[in-house]
Amino acid sequence: MSDYEPLKFYVPEPTGRPGDEPDFTKLIIPDAGSARKPAIDCRPQEIKDLATTIIRVMNRDGEAVGPWAEGIDDDVLLDGLKAMIRTRAFDERMMTLQRQGKTSFYMKCTGEEAIAIAHKLAQTKGDMNFPTYRQQGLLLATDYPMEDMINQILSNEKDPLKGRQLPILYSARSHDYFTVSGNLGTQFIHAVGWAMASAIKGDTKIASAWIGDGSTAENDFHSALVNASVYKPPVVFNIVNNQWAISSFRGIAGGDEATFAERAHGYDIPSLRVDGNDFLAVYAVSRWAIERARRGFGPVLIEWVTYRVAPHSTSDDPSKYRPKEESTAWPLGDPILRLKNHLIARGLWSEERHAQAESEYDEEVRVATKEAESHGVMGAGSSPKDMFEAVFEELPPHLREQRQKMGV
Amino acid sequence: MAIEITMPALSPTMEKGTLAKWLVKEGDTIESGDVIAEIETDKATMEVEAVDEGTVAKIYIEEGAEDVAVGTLIAMLAEEDEDVASVAAGGAAALAPTVTATVPAQEEVFVAPAGPVAVAVAEDPEIPEGTAMINQTVRESLRDAMAEEMRKDPDVFVMGEEVAEYQGAYKVTQGLLDEFGPDRVIDTPITEHGFAGLGAGAAFAGLKPVIEFMTFNFAMQAIDHIINSAAKTRYMSGGVVECPIVFRGPNGAASRVGAQHSQNYAAWYANVPGLKVIAPYDARDNKALLKAAIQDPNPVVFLENELMYGETFDVPDLPDYTAPIGKARIFTEGTDVTIVSYSITVGEAIKAAEMLAEEGISAEVIDLRTIRPLDLDTLIESVKKTNRCVVAEEGWPQCSVASDVSAQLMEQAFDYLDAPVTRVNSVDVPLPYANNLEKAAVVSAEDIVKAAKAVCYTD
Repeated sequence: MSDYEPLKFYVPEPTGRPGDEPDFTKLIIPDAGSARKPAIDCRPQEIKDLATTIIRVMNRDGEAVGPWAEGIDDDVLLDGLKAMIRTRAFDERMMTLQRQGKTSFYMKCTGEEAIAIAHKLAQTKGDMNFPTYRQQGLLLATDYPMEDMINQILSNEKDPLKGRQLPILYSARSHDYFTVSGNLGTQFIHAVGWAMASAIKGDTKIASAWIGDGSTAENDFHSALVNASVYKPPVVFNIVNNQWAISSFRGIAGGDEATFAERAHGYDIPSLRVDGNDFLAVYAVSRWAIERARRGFGPVLIEWVTYRVAPHSTSDDPSKYRPKEESTAWPLGDPILRLKNHLIARGLWSEERHAQAESEYDEEVRVATKEAESHGVMGAGSSPKDMFEAVFEELPPHLREQRQKMGV
Repeated sequence: MAIEITMPALSPTMEKGTLAKWLVKEGDTIESGDVIAEIETDKATMEVEAVDEGTVAKIYIEEGAEDVAVGTLIAMLAEEDEDVASVAAGGAAALAPTVTATVPAQEEVFVAPAGPVAVAVAEDPEIPEGTAMINQTVRESLRDAMAEEMRKDPDVFVMGEEVAEYQGAYKVTQGLLDEFGPDRVIDTPITEHGFAGLGAGAAFAGLKPVIEFMTFNFAMQAIDHIINSAAKTRYMSGGVVECPIVFRGPNGAASRVGAQHSQNYAAWYANVPGLKVIAPYDARDNKALLKAAIQDPNPVVFLENELMYGETFDVPDLPDYTAPIGKARIFTEGTDVTIVSYSITVGEAIKAAEMLAEEGISAEVIDLRTIRPLDLDTLIESVKKTNRCVVAEEGWPQCSVASDVSAQLMEQAFDYLDAPVTRVNSVDVPLPYANNLEKAAVVSAEDIVKAAKAVCYTD
């Protein structure tokens, strides 16, 4: 007789499902300012502790404290706050366009605005982003025309991508924003390849790779890390851990007990875990990682701890798979509110200016939407001819024949 | 100006839904962003938020109303400076042209072409006479197929992204977690390569995994395990190790999901020795063939279609109804031209047959159902009778299933053909996103009619 029990496998479960009380007791939040700031050329094994803490700058009173708080320009904070308000206004309007049937699909980044925007403001022109679908802030923090984003969302006659690509999967090489892939994770290894090319060319540009917690399960994530570990190209890996991949909580991606940041250790890549709702922390750590990569010290991985307040997309309903109050109970708060409070406390901002900025950006989005809608909604305006254009200098005979058959 | 609130589309494929609940009543003042109603679709329940602010002047669709078409006027909103009563009174009349205008557009989508001529539906020897039928969706038939096999055989389990807690991205695994528990309905990390390989490993150990891909577009990552692990291990192990596994999920174009998510992989997998490839059309065949696939001791690639999930058909009410893998089905009998197709395009072929019948051309529609092994005998028998053949397939033309059927008929039925076998395929470009471009690029009944008339030399 064997004294072994029959084996069992384990399926991780989140701390709450619909009807349960939100429970974030597992998330240990250290005091703001408690995490050290290492030297730019530190060795990965010297900062292993930074992969299990949460680097935070703003304390509960809105003060910026600790070594990561130093040397951040006021203008960066004001620009960042405005870009976050603008992004949120944009998301709200686009979501309603979908509900009105003017576009088929949308994805908001509510609650995660600080990550893309602060990171973007820490970059230099020419640093290339390989984003996922939830980094619209990378574009909305720049002068990329908002109307072009809406034209693509509406897939109208002014759609810069000619009706070929999904709404929100933007492509803006001019603004250092690589064509977003609909297939999860592929951009992560592309960023490593791009960074390799930058090094091969003797350039000083770095690449920023983006991925969600769920997609770290994809091969591309692991291949990106092993290749970056071997060749040490100038790439910053950003894992946006927003806790949920549609209905799968981070544990289904193996992120329940170990942190996502810790994965870098086996690859000898330095990694840091950061409060993604703390604009100052995001900016400071991004700046450190980008500088390190640009100085030739190789890749850095950052886990941004945040919460996906919005549904995954317009096609799902979070109240079916997580406690309804979970987003309001999220202990790291709202990134806009936190930066706003910080700036008000320092006398750089006020309730009045905030309300004014909100209405200004609402108006900007409203006007841009109206203008874009005048060029058609939901595909109206694209011509079947567009299918055959912008790929070949001269159309091959078989495509010419197909085009003629279609009478366009 | 009064603002109309219409039934929103909560997803690209949603055509109608249930207005489950109004959270506002006439006379209420609402702000932009307020939740005004709850809507249920076959996928989910969602809250509808107000886009504009104003006063609810009139509610046209009562709560509980089912099958409300997208775009239907459900309520009117009076703006701040407007008189609520006059909006309520005049709103519907003022909007009448808009409302009526949407009706023909929908008919165009759902109703067969004007004056369809009934075509003879072939008798089915697989179903005993007098069998009771259940009307169900393709989605339900697939779920029932899995549930029946799981009840019968404890070795069968389902695994994939969102299959358990969320009941499947397209709700195909609805109810399975409740009935079979988390040991047999398993949510996976987002790694297709990972869980396809894991499934192959479990199959090598004697279990019978049903691996769901959220779409076959995502299975491109996993293709190494499908082809190099699952399909070849019996061969490479000298017949000792078998791999009883089913890889299933939606395949082909859906509705506005763009170039990377709209591909038909039938020809890719059909090229591989060691795989069986099934791509059924209606609910009956989806159920019968999925059960056959699960029972089969070999790896099967089972290609579904997202646009078909919500379509309803009669399914025989039989305890263990399966259909043979590798056997085509004659859908409608005819004498002048054979139209060969599979999956969603069978629907277009049937419509084409109806249109051809009006012009006095009798078309025989054959649904391949299984792409590998290919039922060439049924095709040859049909061509012997009609002497003409059109192969219709939603997918690119080069090296397609249509190309292969055409080549094989040329080799083996050349003497019976009075015209070249003609392929009708999608346009040879990555599928565009825009609705109108997407429609222009895929195969329609009109394209099939044109090709059929050309091989009949009636053009």
